[in-house]
Amino acid sequence: MASKFLKSNRTGWMMAGPAAVLIGMFVILPFVFAILLSFTNQRLISPNPTEFVGFANYRQLLGVATLTLEPLTDQAGLVQKDATGAVQYPALRGYTRNNPDFPNLVGMREWFSLDWGQSRTFVLARDVVFLKALINTFIFVLIVAPVQGGLALGLALLINQKMRGINLFRAVYFMPVVVSIVVVSLLWRFIYDGNSGLLNNLLSAVSFGAIPRVDWLGNPSTALGSIIAMSIWQAVGFHMVIWLSGLQTISPTLYEAGAIEGASPWQSFRYITWPGLKNTAILVLIVITMQAFAVFAQIDVMTKGGPLDSTQTIVFQAIQRGYGKQDISGGSAISVILFVIVLSISLLQRWITRERS
Amino acid sequence: MKHLSIVTGALLASVALTSVAQAQTTLSMWYHGAGNEGEAKVLNQIITDFNASQADWTVELQSFPQAAYNDSVVAGALAGNLPDILDVDGPVMPNWAWAGYMQPLQIDETKIANFLPGPKGMWDGKLYSIGLWDAAVALVTRKSTLEELGLRTPTLAEPWSLEEFNGAMAAAKASGKYEYALDLGMAWTGEWYPYAFSPFLQSFGGDMVDRSSYKTAEGALNGDAAMAFGNWWQGLFTQGYAQATQDPADRDNGFGAGKYAFSWNGNWAALGALKAFDDTVFLPAPNFGAGAKIGAASWQFGVSAKSAHPDGASAFIEFALQDKYLADFANTTGLIPATATAAAMTENYKDGGPLSVFYGMTEANALVRPVTPGYVVESKVFEKALADIANGADVAGTLDAATDEINADIEKNAGYGH
Repeated sequence: MASKFLKSNRTGWMMAGPAAVLIGMFVILPFVFAILLSFTNQRLISPNPTEFVGFANYRQLLGVATLTLEPLTDQAGLVQKDATGAVQYPALRGYTRNNPDFPNLVGMREWFSLDWGQSRTFVLARDVVFLKALINTFIFVLIVAPVQGGLALGLALLINQKMRGINLFRAVYFMPVVVSIVVVSLLWRFIYDGNSGLLNNLLSAVSFGAIPRVDWLGNPSTALGSIIAMSIWQAVGFHMVIWLSGLQTISPTLYEAGAIEGASPWQSFRYITWPGLKNTAILVLIVITMQAFAVFAQIDVMTKGGPLDSTQTIVFQAIQRGYGKQDISGGSAISVILFVIVLSISLLQRWITRERS
Repeated sequence: MKHLSIVTGALLASVALTSVAQAQTTLSMWYHGAGNEGEAKVLNQIITDFNASQADWTVELQSFPQAAYNDSVVAGALAGNLPDILDVDGPVMPNWAWAGYMQPLQIDETKIANFLPGPKGMWDGKLYSIGLWDAAVALVTRKSTLEELGLRTPTLAEPWSLEEFNGAMAAAKASGKYEYALDLGMAWTGEWYPYAFSPFLQSFGGDMVDRSSYKTAEGALNGDAAMAFGNWWQGLFTQGYAQATQDPADRDNGFGAGKYAFSWNGNWAALGALKAFDDTVFLPAPNFGAGAKIGAASWQFGVSAKSAHPDGASAFIEFALQDKYLADFANTTGLIPATATAAAMTENYKDGGPLSVFYGMTEANALVRPVTPGYVVESKVFEKALADIANGADVAGTLDAATDEINADIEKNAGYGH
């Protein structure tokens, strides 16, 4: 006999059924595969049998070590400096390659270094590119989430008024969301072009040529910022609509009451609008965070992770390895790490914004 | 009732058609050139001629856009759904052969004895694929540029040395007439990097992988020769001879617009360069110490491992290797025909033809990219290392890291069957 839960919910199960089957087949099942594959040496194309390798893929991705070195000294015991006056240290190659005294450093590479007085501590990583991708993705999320959410709220407040032609503004702000991200990325590649890009022309026109031309996507110090700015612009309209729907659920009587009490515009925002938007804010924050962690298309179209890994991201690395380098197990391990990160951050956000009784 | 009779009629007709066609066995074929009308026309002509020339086989063509072609083959192979005949990019062939997607061709080696070495796809001592054409890269410049800068015109017998090449760059920069001395094609990310730039490394004496064993890149990609190459490569950018990131439009039109003194470009762009300037000349690759080198091997035809009719598939490929088709392809695409006799039949590559120099270059300097299933990974690692070094990364650290990544991949694949 079917349980009461199943029977009394038959209609409900039938309604949820198609979606549940599709999600199971195309989201949950592949994800279970990804977890399993990340513990093997599975390749995209290979006649070799798949073998279980334990945590080797994770060790390869996350392996980090430190090495502290003293400066090079000449025969008189003085610290050697190069032409620019920078202190010279022994080459890391001597430690990370063919050096039996440091077996734990084999295959490692400098990630960054810290100076402690005269000596310098090198932080070495087994997979510098992945760690850079991790950091870049965090920078991307940390900037995009608040800025995009805030801008979207500002736009929503602007268009949440009765005015002739307001729908035109709504449509204009929403337009970039409807256009494919690949098309948007291609267009912005022209805008950011180092020679004749729109942005460079605009900047040199308003400054009468005082601002030099910048190769926005070709310069490691500007590439990530350029992609962040473009990404914020592209999806801000989507979150604007969500904020707008939240704004329109707030009862006008509250504003009327506020106006009678003599509330200033700031006060009515602070004490009526903002509390009324709390659930919307949680939704927007979590959605932006999750979307920002998955940043891929912009990178693939605009920079391919370059220059000098300044725009590598987690998902771009997962796809590059899984398909480009035929390393399905490595790509799967990256996806699992991303899943753990996004899950913990979402749980943390839920916990911080929980209902307090 | 009326509908039913139409359906029945159609069924009967199709049965009748099939029974006629049954005398011939259908061979399916995949090709990467969807959207390219010229290539499609030549290929369709070959297929029509072949189908009419004998009674056993009918070839049916299905074309894919080049960007989606490799993915389609991999997906088709995973689903057990490959065609009888497929085409394959030369350096990728060992990967597919090793993975069991392809089988050796049943074509007598004497039939291809007069072919250039690049179009012959050899793996494991057997012929797996054969190309109707090859491609070559040259240093494109103008006769007037050479004269103005006071440079010796290099020849295949006596190419520029490293000093002469660097001197040419310095002279072009010093003249102040060009935005950059050299257009390397940095805008063409992807296979262009290993195809066009690994010959520089090989000319220094290094390589992407140690070709004596194919088991390691240690010493080849990070030895003394490779370090010399890396420092020279970085110098091209730090000294302002070339740009590390390039506008794709500059790659296409920059040389013609006079922005560059020299352009490192393929024969497919040669007619455009000739149109831009009457005195365009194609200089052979420089010799950086270990001989002048250029890349070789383009798209080739092969037979899939699961094909039930490898004899028919090989018969078609052998039919396509006739000089007249080689010449047709070369006339349509501008690529180099695989035999000298076919070259003589073409407008561009016959003796004294405007592009005939390229035939000599590929004959003299061509070196295929590493013949190993690991090439698909090695090429990507190499591309990233070169882009990073161009952007100012530490040369030794970058080449060491690339070596480690290639070695780790070879190990993960149990040596790729070498």
